[in-house]
Amino acid sequence: MACNIRNGFVLIVVFLLISFTFFSQEGTSNITESIHGNFQIDGQYYIEDSTIGAPKVPEKFLSNVFGNINYIKGDFSAGIRYEAYNNVRQGFDARYKGQGIVNKFARYKTDLLDITIGNIYEQFGSGLMFRTYCEPGLLYDNSLDGISLISSPKKGITLKGLAGKQRYFFENGPGIIRGFDGEINVNELFDSLFGNKKTKIIFGSSLVSKYQSDLDPNLNLPQNVATYGGRINLIRDAFNFSTEYAYKINDPSADNKFSYKSGEVIFTSISYAIKGLSFLLQLKRVDNMSFRSDRNEGLQSLLINFLPATTKPHTYSMLALNPYATQLKGEIGLMGEIQYKIKKGSLLGGKYGTELTFNFSQANGLNQIPVKDSLTAMTFYKTNYNDIGEGYYHDFYIEINKKFSKEWKATFAYSNQFYNRNIIQFGTANEGYQSLVSNIGVVDISYKYKSTGSIRLELQGLFAEKQDMITNSNLVGKGNWATALLEWTPNGNWFVAIFDQYNYGNPESSSRIHYYLGTFGYNKGSNRISLSYGKQSAGIFCVGGVCRTVPASNGLTISITSSF
Amino acid sequence: MKTLILSFLITASFSFVKIGEDLNKLPSATLKKLNGSKINSNTFSNDGKPIIISFWATWCKPCKKELDAIAENYPEWVKETGVKLIAISIDDAKTSGKVVTDVKLKGWEYEIYIDENQDFKRAMNVNNVPHTFIINGKGEIVWSHNSYSDGDEDVLYENIKALIKGEKLKH
Repeated sequence: MACNIRNGFVLIVVFLLISFTFFSQEGTSNITESIHGNFQIDGQYYIEDSTIGAPKVPEKFLSNVFGNINYIKGDFSAGIRYEAYNNVRQGFDARYKGQGIVNKFARYKTDLLDITIGNIYEQFGSGLMFRTYCEPGLLYDNSLDGISLISSPKKGITLKGLAGKQRYFFENGPGIIRGFDGEINVNELFDSLFGNKKTKIIFGSSLVSKYQSDLDPNLNLPQNVATYGGRINLIRDAFNFSTEYAYKINDPSADNKFSYKSGEVIFTSISYAIKGLSFLLQLKRVDNMSFRSDRNEGLQSLLINFLPATTKPHTYSMLALNPYATQLKGEIGLMGEIQYKIKKGSLLGGKYGTELTFNFSQANGLNQIPVKDSLTAMTFYKTNYNDIGEGYYHDFYIEINKKFSKEWKATFAYSNQFYNRNIIQFGTANEGYQSLVSNIGVVDISYKYKSTGSIRLELQGLFAEKQDMITNSNLVGKGNWATALLEWTPNGNWFVAIFDQYNYGNPESSSRIHYYLGTFGYNKGSNRISLSYGKQSAGIFCVGGVCRTVPASNGLTISITSSF
Repeated sequence: MKTLILSFLITASFSFVKIGEDLNKLPSATLKKLNGSKINSNTFSNDGKPIIISFWATWCKPCKKELDAIAENYPEWVKETGVKLIAISIDDAKTSGKVVTDVKLKGWEYEIYIDENQDFKRAMNVNNVPHTFIINGKGEIVWSHNSYSDGDEDVLYENIKALIKGEKLKH
């Protein structure tokens, strides 16, 4: 049935395309049209390697492939995305199997009315109640297959309504989602009164409801579950304040062990920024706020909302070795950042100025106080605002960014991280790991030896202050790491890099391994091809508030991206 | 099903051949300004002069390197060619609060918009950031480049100058 609908949709899109094409070929229309698209191919040839724990892959070669083609004509657009996994690469959900058109849409967008049918990507506020989005490289796609209407009946007012089901691998999930969002920009709506005021005020409110039938023989599960909430954004000169709150009615699910407790989340961000100086403070409290269109799902599947982590996202490999993701069940988090640019021409600023960043982030659990409630209530626990639980993560980070001359640039970074592996990686306090405390240092130097040629050297070290040694003898902490990267870009088109990640401090001497990797790449316009050969250590990738473990691998990786 | 896909692709390729590069107009997507109000990408204009559109993110080091490198000579570029740079941040709610602090700290004088749920990124078929486009005076996409390495800003500027002189653009 679903397949027939899909075929029918493609037929409509093709029909529209053909008719539009013929229409324009007659030369009767002045409206321009265009076709855009992109492709990405990631393939890997795997070599079994027992020293790093890289498993034997029966297919030997695995690939993730996708392509988008979008057609635009005036206010109308339509597109499809084709995905193929033969089979999906290691470390991704094995349920991505096979190939097909997983995304298709047709849209008519004007300022007054914006209608989309098909797979919809949309976000209400900061996404605490609803966000569908796609990270194709990470295989995250929770698009809503349905209809969306956005209207701006008057300047300063935006209304959004949508309904549909979410993508679930090559099908749709069982739950139906209905959502409504309204936003008022006070300065625009009351232009004559507030149009020229320095203070900008924006209000918004959302309601999102999901329906899933109750087939449970024992429990009386709520079939309709709603979340609702509001937000405000105040901006004045260098100040920016925004906060959003959402409440969810009881939503027993696999995530909360079928507790009938309600959920809530608050996310606040305050910033002050002038030239050369900035402050940012983010606060967040999440309690029982996993919201999925299938109450039995876990991992990355069928999440309706998006709970941003209030920690600094890192890109240097040692800093990102142990990344944090929001704990949907409950956490309280804080991040503060100060950035300062020492002026050009001063003693410390030098000829080009120096940028300093101080960042601190911390996340803790919420203490769950057991509640003895009746068989019909079944909330199991309660939490209090002033009752903060065990530490999940912290990161104290300092970065210095300095350009010394036209040729030389460098970044120096230091981080002290606390990482509660039991909770972050396994979601339970009883996995037997000790938390990791590590000091990490990074030096990144680049030298531009001619106008389009440069060499970059990265040196990184991770020093485990407290080993994540394990009480259970099967699990072994990894200890200290050193990493070096040398990258050569002879011109804008080519690059070559060698990378070695060395786990020299591993308590098991046989596991003190060099994970070396050589990469060669070519860029031209919007096309990029890269080839890598070597070993990659097991790592953790976090997306959509959920982390997954990518196993170690050894082999040849090819990656091609292209857009037109 | 396969026939349908095939017919779609054939139609698409015919349209592509017919359209050519000169009608490659900017798609329409709603973006957020730093003052909280909204703007549609199809209203981008620069009085008939070229526009650079640069997709970036606060967590993307090469992106910031590129925008810093351009910033050093930006007043000169504007004076000589009238070009305007529009920087599109693809930061989501996790880091979008940092867009304004980074921009102010660096003193970038670009037009800055936030593409929080990446509607414009998808419409422009951007795979990864940084991705930079040149838009000609008629609002058509005439050049694009993915990734940044030192010195790419000079190639970008050579192409802006070539575009103004009516010469062929190079990658």
